Amino acid sequence: MNEYNFAYLDEQTKRMIRRAILKGLAIPGYQVPFASREMPMPYGWGTGGVQVSAATLTPNDTMKVIDQGADDTTNAISIRKFFQKTAHVEVTEVTKEASVIQTRHRIPETDLNEDQILVYQVPIPEPLRFLEPSEPETRKMHALEEYGLMHVKLYEDISRHGAIATSYAYPVKVEGRYVMDPSPIPKFDNPKMEMSAIQLFGAGREQRIYALPPYTKVVSLDFDDFPFEASKADHACELCGADNSYLDEVIVDDQGGRIFVCSDTDFCASRQQEKKGSAS
Amino acid sequence: MSLQPLLDVRGITKMYGRRIGCADINFDLWPGEVMGIVGESGSGKSTLLNCLAGYVDVDDGQVFFDTRNEGMKDTLRMSEPERRMLSRTDWAFVHQHARDGLRMSVSAGGNVGERLMAVGARHYGNIRDEAIDWLERVEIHHSRIDDRPTAFSGGMQQRLQIARNLVTGPRLVFMDEPTGGLDVSVQARLLDLLRSLVREMGLSAIIVTHDLAVVRLLADRLMVMKDGYVVESGLTDQVLDDPQHSYTQLLVSSVLQV
Repeated sequence: MNEYNFAYLDEQTKRMIRRAILKGLAIPGYQVPFASREMPMPYGWGTGGVQVSAATLTPNDTMKVIDQGADDTTNAISIRKFFQKTAHVEVTEVTKEASVIQTRHRIPETDLNEDQILVYQVPIPEPLRFLEPSEPETRKMHALEEYGLMHVKLYEDISRHGAIATSYAYPVKVEGRYVMDPSPIPKFDNPKMEMSAIQLFGAGREQRIYALPPYTKVVSLDFDDFPFEASKADHACELCGADNSYLDEVIVDDQGGRIFVCSDTDFCASRQQEKKGSAS
Repeated sequence: MSLQPLLDVRGITKMYGRRIGCADINFDLWPGEVMGIVGESGSGKSTLLNCLAGYVDVDDGQVFFDTRNEGMKDTLRMSEPERRMLSRTDWAFVHQHARDGLRMSVSAGGNVGERLMAVGARHYGNIRDEAIDWLERVEIHHSRIDDRPTAFSGGMQQRLQIARNLVTGPRLVFMDEPTGGLDVSVQARLLDLLRSLVREMGLSAIIVTHDLAVVRLLADRLMVMKDGYVVESGLTDQVLDDPQHSYTQLLVSSVLQV
C-alpha cells in the first residue's frame, strides 16, 4: 500500500470531524471539541483548517487555498499541494471556480455563493481567553451567556487609544447567542460574514470546531457611543485601482517608499486583466 | 420598614471529611444591618462566609435571601445562572486580598465598569462617568482611572475593590477580612469609608474578621465562632463589654491596649 487514503485522514477520523462540523452548524458559534489529529505540518500552520477541509472534500471538489488573501504564499502553496497529492482534487486560484476555500486571516473580496464552503484556520478559538485564563470558567460563561467581560476588553481599548483599536479577530455575536472569535481576519471582513456560503472554523491545537450556516446573523460587538467600524487603509490599490478592497502596505525600497495593494491576489489580478482587456 | 429579614440562615453545616468546617449556624440579617463574625484562625468563619456566598457547597442547611422579584428564596438551591446573576447585582464580595477580587491587567475604570457591562451597560461615556464617580467616592483621584491596579498601593487596591463591588448598588455585601494586611492608618481610613458607605447606601453586610476593633466600629451585631460553632452572639457592644462565654472573655482580654 503506497497511496494515502483520500485526503490523508482515515475514514473514521473524517466521520468524527464531520459529526463535529454538523454539531457546529446546528449550534452556530458554539465551539465543538473534537479529537484533533497530528498532521504532517506544525501547529500554527493550519492543522485545524486542514482537518476540516479533509473531512469536507469530495473527489469532485475544486479547492482554493489563501493565506492573508494571497494564493502564492508559502502556507497557501504547501496546503494546496498537500491536497493535490493526497486527494487528487482540482485546484484553482479563481474564487468563483472553487467549491472549497481554505483561508488564513481573510475572506475573499468576491462574494461567495451557496455552493461554496469557506474553511478558516483558527489559532485561538476562545474569544474570552485573554481575559479569563480558565477553560472551565469560559465554558460556563458561554453557557450562561455572561459576556460582559468582552466589553471590558473594548472598554480598555477606548480608554487607552481613544477608539476601539482591536483591528483583527474582532469579537462577534452569532444569532444573538454565542460570542465568537472570527479567527484573525481584519475587522474589515466582519460584515462579510453574513454570507451565502457555509463557514467552518477549525482550531487544530486547541481541538475546537465551530461553524456558521449560510445567512447567519453575525453582529460585531461595540458600544452605543463607539459603534463598530469596518476600517481599512485610506488608499486605493496601486495595481488595480480598487478602493473597496482590503489593502496590504508593501515597502518597495529603502527610501521609505511604500505602496498599497489588494491583499486578495485573485481579486486584484482579475481586475487588472479586465482593465487590460477593455484597453486593447 | 420591612418586617422581613434580608437573609435568613438556617442550620448551615459544612464538613471537611470528618472534620467540622462550620456546624449548625442560624441567624437572621435585617435590611441595613451589619453582622460581624469573629473568631480565631480556623474557627470556620471564612468557611461560613463562602457557604453563604455560594462559593462552597454546604452539607446541610438553607440560606434564604429576599430577592427583588420572588421574595424569600433559598439561594443554595437556586439554579446556577440565577445565583451568578444575584452575585453580580444584589450581592457583593470583598476579598481579603484585593488581587483576588480585581482584574490586575485591566485599568481601574474597567474594573469598576465590569459589573455594569455584565448587566448590560453599553454606553462607554456613561460607564466611564459612573466609574469616575465611584473612584471619587472611595477617595481615588479620577486621574488614576486609566491606571492598572498593579500601580496602586495596597490600600488603594482595597478601595478599588470596594468600588468595583458597590457600583451596581448591591443590597448585601460579604466581606472577608477587608482590612487584613493593611497598616493601621490605612485601616482607619478604610473603616471610615466603609462605615459611611454602609450608612449612606443602607447596605446590609456580613463582615468576617479577627480584629475586634473592626467589628466594634462597623458591626451592629456580633457572632463569636470557635471550632466551627457559634459560641456567643448578640449586640456588638453587649458581647464585647460583657462577654459571657469563656472563649469570648479570652478573646476580649487578648486585645492589646496601647
